[in-house]
Amino acid sequence: MQTIVGLNEIKIGDCAVVHELQNPPAMRQRLQDLGLIENTSVECIGKAPGGELSAYLIRGAVIAIRATDARSIRVLPCFPTANE
Amino acid sequence: MGLTKHSVGLGASAALDPQKAYSEDAVIALAGNPNVGKSTVFNALTGMHQHTGNWPGKTVACAQGRCVSDRHSFTLVDIPGTYSLSAHSAEEEIARDFLFFGEPDATVVVCDATCLLRNLHLVLQILECGARVVVCVNLLDEARKKQIEIDTDLLQERLGVPVVGVTARKKRTLAPLLGALDDCLETPIGAHGFCIPYPLEIETAIGIVENALDEHSLGRLDSRWVALRLLDGNEDLQKELSTYLGTDLSADERIRKALKEARLFLSDNAIDAISLGDLIVASVVSYAEHLMKDVVKQQKKDPLARDRKFDRILTGRLTGYPVMILLHLFIFWLTIRASNIPSELLSSLFFGALDHFSVFLLGLGLPHWTVSFVCDGVLRVLAWVVSVMLPPMAIFFPLFTLLEDSGYLPRVAYNLDRPFQRCQACGKQALSMCMGFGCNAAGVVGCRIIDSPRERLLAILTNSLVPCNGRFPALVTLITLFLIGSTTQANSLWSALILTLLIVLSVAATLLITKLLSQTVLKGIPSSFTLEMPPFRRPQIGQVLVRSIFDRTLFVLARSVAVAAPAGAVIWILANVSVGDATLLSHASDFLDPIARLLGMDGVILLAFILGFPANEIVIPIIVMSYRAQGSLADYGSLAELGELLRANGWTLTTALCVLIFFLFHWPCSTTLLTVKKETGSLKWTLLAAVLPTLLGMLLCFLIASFSKLLGG
Repeated sequence: MQTIVGLNEIKIGDCAVVHELQNPPAMRQRLQDLGLIENTSVECIGKAPGGELSAYLIRGAVIAIRATDARSIRVLPCFPTANE
Repeated sequence: MGLTKHSVGLGASAALDPQKAYSEDAVIALAGNPNVGKSTVFNALTGMHQHTGNWPGKTVACAQGRCVSDRHSFTLVDIPGTYSLSAHSAEEEIARDFLFFGEPDATVVVCDATCLLRNLHLVLQILECGARVVVCVNLLDEARKKQIEIDTDLLQERLGVPVVGVTARKKRTLAPLLGALDDCLETPIGAHGFCIPYPLEIETAIGIVENALDEHSLGRLDSRWVALRLLDGNEDLQKELSTYLGTDLSADERIRKALKEARLFLSDNAIDAISLGDLIVASVVSYAEHLMKDVVKQQKKDPLARDRKFDRILTGRLTGYPVMILLHLFIFWLTIRASNIPSELLSSLFFGALDHFSVFLLGLGLPHWTVSFVCDGVLRVLAWVVSVMLPPMAIFFPLFTLLEDSGYLPRVAYNLDRPFQRCQACGKQALSMCMGFGCNAAGVVGCRIIDSPRERLLAILTNSLVPCNGRFPALVTLITLFLIGSTTQANSLWSALILTLLIVLSVAATLLITKLLSQTVLKGIPSSFTLEMPPFRRPQIGQVLVRSIFDRTLFVLARSVAVAAPAGAVIWILANVSVGDATLLSHASDFLDPIARLLGMDGVILLAFILGFPANEIVIPIIVMSYRAQGSLADYGSLAELGELLRANGWTLTTALCVLIFFLFHWPCSTTLLTVKKETGSLKWTLLAAVLPTLLGMLLCFLIASFSKLLGG
């Protein structure tokens, strides 16, 4: 059984699937408008200097989200590909 | 909207009020996600040269323009880009209110072909309210490069509205769009009755409310949509809805009962207010997915591969900052290098011509003082502005615009978010700060992209700490003259380095003042935000150059001239009219001298800064003029002679340094202050916006001056 983690814990290059959004209403709506709803697949593609902001690939667009907000986005990490 | 006379100062529009050029024009709203080339479509259709720029939030004031097709004429309204019509920021509210309640005759939704699924979200939201829509799939050329193919016919079939593919930068591809718009206007409103399917429980709830609405006239709005919005419970929207309809629907007894019944039904089915919102959005998103099946064909596995490579360098943990600084250094160096020769050329041309002109005027028999007034006063300042101030501006603007157009600025915001977050501000402040480099007033308008009022205020108040294009040439001139000592090639690099250092200082000051403000008068915690990093797009170099020259450079030139001429006249009068035993100029500068000396400058310089309130470009010309009027120095024309003039008037390295710092940190120009007043609506904040940079500047200058006195004695 996979553990559910915050999106901020997903490392660069890894994917995850959205399980639940626990953000406050305004942010939640904004994320949903960008297509981040349950069962959406997300990939982390970069972390900014300073470590707080990370870039994620969401439905074909690159969106940067702060760690404090990403923590409230609960995701299921995808199974890592055969360990290389 | 960029820097045009419509976007800043007194004439700037805050809300949307379409002014039809002709009464038979149809009003067409141009909507879409941020950064999809909406403004390019707008420019191409209306011929107005609005600046575009490639980053989300670029269009914040609303452009309007006219366009004609075979069968109709249109007034196009370019609406700020928004991801969805659930509004968060002021600009999104403007978009939402106009699209829902502004009764445009039709709406063109511009979409990015490389990201069509996400874009469709907005399309569906607009279709749902009952509007007449034409979907315009833009950036087909970019899609082709990424080997993405769009089947517009299939999408058209599924949506039931015209879907036209275009490449806005190639005007000829827009003809089918106009044709589709013609067809669209000839279909009656509400003809296609677009429906987004929701889960069964929600459908039932909608039905209950919709029944209660049947006796009410709903304008052009679809009743199902109104029912949904009433269920949604968004207060802001309800207020606007009431204003539009003229009555408050939720006050109606029957509707209130229906809403209660519907909400009860929903909660019986375990759907509370929050889940309702979630389910509604999720339904729209899934429906979009469903409609898009097979519409997009992607050959390449990873179309964003190239962008990711760039971003790894531009925004990597270790490489981000160095690359950013180096890039700016390069641009400054290029500007300085490229503007040296034109400056010298223009200087000798204008000042030489002036001499001939004054001789000519004297020959005509005009009195000496008139000739002096015209030539030494007005025209000389003008010549100064055009030959020395203008070339750097004319070169920096296009370079900066190319960067903007390519999509680089969000990367800057991405890199700078952490420091801004630590100062309790929003990363988007980095974006408005960057706009401030072009023009502080435009930067202040650009703060509209920040949702939280507190953070928006922080950004507005600190925007002038960054030197705008008008101050840029003065900085370069002073650095070249005093810190380098010559204008040779190798020294352009040193000049660029010092300029970069000054910019870094400005950014540091911005962060510091932001932190200070957020711990005193503007307390609060940083809000949440998301930042989209659009794909890099090849900027249209030719268009940028043309636009930069006509739009921005000419605009700044016109303003400088409009300000410089009177300023020159004023200086001439001050210098030639005597009261008591000295000229007015001497009186004024003597009066200011004690304070100025404390700050490492002299009375003339301070006076010049004060007179330069309307436009920073004229400060140095005024200084020069004043010295020349006071002193006995013969004519000068080139930069080197300027250096001599300054040194002869007591300028030392310290003076230059203090002037440089004061140039960075002093009161904003009049246009900026006016814009601040307009944006904040408050005299208090406007005053603070004027006082803050001034205090900082005075403090720093005082420190430098005192330190230097200690050292030099």
